[in-house]
Amino acid sequence: MLDFSILTNHLPEYGEGFLNTIKASVFALLGSFVLGTIIAVFRISGFKPLRLIGAAYVEFIRNIPILIVVLFFFLGLPSLGFKLDGFQAGTLGLTVYTAAFIAEAIRAGIQSVPAGQTEAARSSGMTYMQTMLHVVLPQAIKLVIPPLSNQFINLIKNSSVLTIVSGFDLMYFADIISSETYVTFSTYIFAAVFYLLLTLPLSFAALALEKRLARSA
Amino acid sequence: MDFAGAYSPDNLRFLADGLKLTLYVAAVSIVLSFVFGTIVGTLRYMRVPVLSPVLAVIVETLRNLPLLLIIFFIQFALPEIGFKFTVTAGVITALTLFEAAMISEIVRAGLQSIPKGQTEAARSSGLGTYQTLRYIVLPQGLRRMVPPLVSQFISLLKDTSLAVIVALAELMHNAQIVMAQNHNYPIPILLLIALVYFAINYTLSLLSRRLEARTT
Amino acid sequence: MTKRTKKMSAVLLAGLFSLSALLGACSTTGGTNASGEAAGSAGSQLDAIKERGKLVVGVKYDTKLFGLKDPASGEVQGFDVDMAHALAKSILGDESKVELKEVTSKTRIPMLNNGDIDMVVATMTITDERKKEVDFSDVYFQAGQSLLVKKGSPIAGIDDVTADTTVMASKGATSIANIEAKVPGVKVLQFDNYQDAFNALKAGQGDALTTDDAILYGMAAQDPNYEVVGEPFSDEPYGIAVKKGETTLVEAVNKGLADMKSDGSYNEMYKKWIGKEPAAE
Repeated sequence: MLDFSILTNHLPEYGEGFLNTIKASVFALLGSFVLGTIIAVFRISGFKPLRLIGAAYVEFIRNIPILIVVLFFFLGLPSLGFKLDGFQAGTLGLTVYTAAFIAEAIRAGIQSVPAGQTEAARSSGMTYMQTMLHVVLPQAIKLVIPPLSNQFINLIKNSSVLTIVSGFDLMYFADIISSETYVTFSTYIFAAVFYLLLTLPLSFAALALEKRLARSA
Repeated sequence: MDFAGAYSPDNLRFLADGLKLTLYVAAVSIVLSFVFGTIVGTLRYMRVPVLSPVLAVIVETLRNLPLLLIIFFIQFALPEIGFKFTVTAGVITALTLFEAAMISEIVRAGLQSIPKGQTEAARSSGLGTYQTLRYIVLPQGLRRMVPPLVSQFISLLKDTSLAVIVALAELMHNAQIVMAQNHNYPIPILLLIALVYFAINYTLSLLSRRLEARTT
Repeated sequence: MTKRTKKMSAVLLAGLFSLSALLGACSTTGGTNASGEAAGSAGSQLDAIKERGKLVVGVKYDTKLFGLKDPASGEVQGFDVDMAHALAKSILGDESKVELKEVTSKTRIPMLNNGDIDMVVATMTITDERKKEVDFSDVYFQAGQSLLVKKGSPIAGIDDVTADTTVMASKGATSIANIEAKVPGVKVLQFDNYQDAFNALKAGQGDALTTDDAILYGMAAQDPNYEVVGEPFSDEPYGIAVKKGETTLVEAVNKGLADMKSDGSYNEMYKKWIGKEPAAE
């Protein structure tokens, strides 16, 4: 049933797609962590306009399909004068989309730190920034890690939308291989195995981490 | 950008046709994946020998694959080994499999969140396994599951847009056809369909919050 | 508490079911339903078609002049669509006995082999590679590969395409191998269908779109800012594809084609869509 010649004959294509999928996911993870943290801080800030911006971002992005975000960067931005190729537009789309989910995870983490601690830090002379950086965020991170690792898994899975904008990811090369060889079943089974190579270990690690944090709490 | 041209009555009607199919596919998949997800989640919670580990492997595999790949695989790879689907049925099957795997995890976590003491008390007061599940665990568990379930349903509705790769004539697919009419259309059309998805999903999430507030 | 929760979940479920029933009722008009499922492999495909009384044809929905879904009417129109109706008339005696299904370059062979459709009439070039997968009718349209560019582009033909040019194409199309052979090292971006590729060209994601001239003329007609440049640089004879081994069906299709050519209806169809008489053979 499985045609292994597909794998052996097309290893370079699978390999290139696999690397690009990892690249897009890692870039988007780093980017969405930074952007998500900023949005989270916006959402809990004492300044109302910032809070509104943060809330609008999270609610809007979380409720629309990722494909729209990616197509906006790929097809929409050029008409405003910025051009990104499929890989860049896809990675940026992933970043913007995932940031909304990460912002929510971080906000929940920050809000779980008792208000008394913030007040104590502020009254001992720390600025808002210092309180955030030295008191709140280090504690929040612990709570944020399990949902973050889940978001990373989602990111890897979602990165497959790059194929729609010709982003040279794993799914794109699977499409190319299957349309060249007319072998669909084996081509996508091997692609699935490559995805599982990334997501399954992460899944198990996230689970183990969650258990350990639950025990230590 | 050309909003007036992009939003011509013909284009809007064409997009509305796509929306109808999107809602149909989403509704059917939500019901099916809720039913299957609940069954699988409960079976895994009950630790049925042989069956539960097998389900665990299936669930973990599905959960860790891109939905895009599952949709394409069901449509074009499964027929190579004898399973055929129409495009609509194939997309519904793919969405149901993937989302049921996600929902089964929500259900299992919801059931496991009910303290052991309660089930033990129920058992010792003479209730059977099924009765304990039916009257003690499920009712309480279901309530805790409402928020994650609704956000999963929202994901499902968003995920229907991935059916563009098998050319299902849903909202996203029709939007791409309209966008190709003119190079000034992508932004207006993407904005419009984003607002449509947002309006539906945001309403769902508000409903879920109200439901949650009322039951706690 | 328990009672209320139970009630709530019952209401939730009932709501979901009624919603889906409601939508189910209204979708039967627009959805692709199982009614058109092509028959399995028992007996010949031709017998199955006659028994069913309906021809299930895969056509493109995104290719102007050949098969394009018109947002205004919701109808699919084009040369390939008319061809499908003419074949239904020839095989079943009634040109309305057709069910169209959307295919793309990527999906048409899998759909044919899976039995979703009886035949592919979708700007499909006859190649030796594809002959291993499917059976083809006689040539029903003679196309050639060409280039579509934005007006004012420095590219005036295939000779201007270099290794630095980015060319868009559709996944699964013959045009990819052709242009890669003509211009070694050319950058090719592949999309799921022509509409996506054209959207990307308009967004400036590449310099030219390549496929058969007939399809490109349709795109240029859709958006006058784009034009077809240079002479065709390949032969792309279109054939109607059926499942491998269905020789009686191929014969029936070829007979239909021959009749259309002798009674003049082929020329009419050609003129209607392409705007000129077909070249003499």
